[in-house]
Amino acid sequence: MGLPSLIEVRDSIRAGRVAAREWVRGALEAIERLDPQLHCLVSHDAERARALAARVDERIARGESVGPLAGVPLLIKDNICTRFGRTTCGSRMLENFAAPYDAHVVERLESAGAVIVGKANLDEFAMGSSTENSAYGPTRNPWDPSRVPGGSSGGSAAAVAAGIVPAALGSDTGGSVRQPAGFCGVTGLKPTYGRVSRYGLVAYGSSLDQIGPLTRDVRDAALLLGVVAGRDPRDSTSVDRPVPDYLAELDRPLDRVRVGLADEYFGEGLDPEVRAAVESAIEVYRKAGADVVPVRLPHMKYAIACYYLVATAEASSNLARYDGVHYGHRTAAPADYIDLYCASRQEGFGPEVRRRIMLGTYALSSGYYDAYYLKALKVRTLIKRDFERAFAEVDVIAGPTSPAPAWLIGEKVNDPLAMYLMDIYTVSVNLAGIPGISIPCGFTSGGLPVGLQLLGPHFAEERLLRVAHAFQARTDWHTRVPPVAASPAG
Amino acid sequence: MAAKIDEAQVRHIALLSRLKPTDEEVRLFAEQLSSILAYVDQLSEVDTADVPPTAHPLPVCNVFRADEPAGSLSPDEALANAPQRDGHFFAVPKVLEQDSA
Repeated sequence: MGLPSLIEVRDSIRAGRVAAREWVRGALEAIERLDPQLHCLVSHDAERARALAARVDERIARGESVGPLAGVPLLIKDNICTRFGRTTCGSRMLENFAAPYDAHVVERLESAGAVIVGKANLDEFAMGSSTENSAYGPTRNPWDPSRVPGGSSGGSAAAVAAGIVPAALGSDTGGSVRQPAGFCGVTGLKPTYGRVSRYGLVAYGSSLDQIGPLTRDVRDAALLLGVVAGRDPRDSTSVDRPVPDYLAELDRPLDRVRVGLADEYFGEGLDPEVRAAVESAIEVYRKAGADVVPVRLPHMKYAIACYYLVATAEASSNLARYDGVHYGHRTAAPADYIDLYCASRQEGFGPEVRRRIMLGTYALSSGYYDAYYLKALKVRTLIKRDFERAFAEVDVIAGPTSPAPAWLIGEKVNDPLAMYLMDIYTVSVNLAGIPGISIPCGFTSGGLPVGLQLLGPHFAEERLLRVAHAFQARTDWHTRVPPVAASPAG
Repeated sequence: MAAKIDEAQVRHIALLSRLKPTDEEVRLFAEQLSSILAYVDQLSEVDTADVPPTAHPLPVCNVFRADEPAGSLSPDEALANAPQRDGHFFAVPKVLEQDSA
């Protein structure tokens, strides 16, 4: 039996068939049952969630109007600030950090009636591709608990796949929503840079970061995007453009879609089973009447090098705020004020965060700035232009989300570069600022999910979601449930 | 291949980064950062002679808002997460003794 979608949960509450309290109770029970094994959450507040659900049920009983997500239990990644509980970013540095304000997306979700039951695990400060870099221990993949769920939004993706909640929010700086969605067999959308306010999202790479939904299907992603998208004066990079009714547009028939295929997405290092699943997915589009057109992205081979300079440079600057003085970890007995900074940061940050801060500091340092950081920004222009040229010819570009399925926990932790290379198909999207979505398109012979990635031009989420939805209307990969999954409430 | 970055450079960058790696970490980071930098060196083969840099993916500039007073955090809220405070101040070690010592 499949797991209920966010929209099914929402509709059952509105119609009075299942109380919000029941769904929230189901989510809390699933946490008790599954999280000791999977470790999707950093923290949760059961009492608060029950109280919020009870309030929704009372409003419905009184016949009052409720928001579009009323009573639905959700998780958000623990780098999104909430006034309740802690916002740890998966770091010892922020172990006791109680944010003084709610992120914009939290305000939007809660005013839509959603019940945020907890905070999902992540790679420390969203730096990683496996959720092994969390100071609170790794999350496990519900399809095979010996494997990683992807990252950095691994807790969000695994919780949706395991049926703990019908949907969650993550953040995507270089693939951190799409790649775990692919590894866990769920739908993950990275919106256009500027579509969703970053106010209250703890900064990693500020010109790359974007919050996005992880859901069971494209319909749920469309609904959630519509709730969180739009201009917020507190994030000057959030763009003042109307937010379409993404959900209402989904079923509008697609006139002859042009699907672009780039050789650069099917090159050396692509797992043959991943390739086969993605090629079958392209066939689905071909049979549905799409034109499949070759495109070229000649600078894509430089995307990882470019990304790991730009992202780490921005990270080294953003993470300078953790000084042992204003908030966060402070060393016990500093020798002097410089040692206060150095020792607090050394103790508070894990190895991957320190590695990225040092790489970024190096790229920005005197004598190396032009050769590394400035060079990367110029290559970024070329990567962006590649996409602009391609999207003059096609509506979407299709390819794999990742070159391989989920790897074993521990397999790549001692080789950071090998881990970075797994981001080859996702990072260029953040450099260009365009939207991308990963949807399930098959399984390997070992039973691991494979993600199909679809990309569109800036602010073309409406069309991107329609194209993705057209795939799910013709396939049932997104309805598959891992054996470990929670049986739904109601 | 020669290491891109040696242990002395790692120590220098660690200080710029306000980090305090152990000797073992300095060795490990020198090795790991060298292999990452050797990889990113492939950017040097790209001709970027007439290419402007992109620091930001969207052409958004000069975003203004009305200059109106609004609420902000109270001193207690702003100091609530401070690891050490002294009244309405963040407490830090003495800084002036450094030069005169």
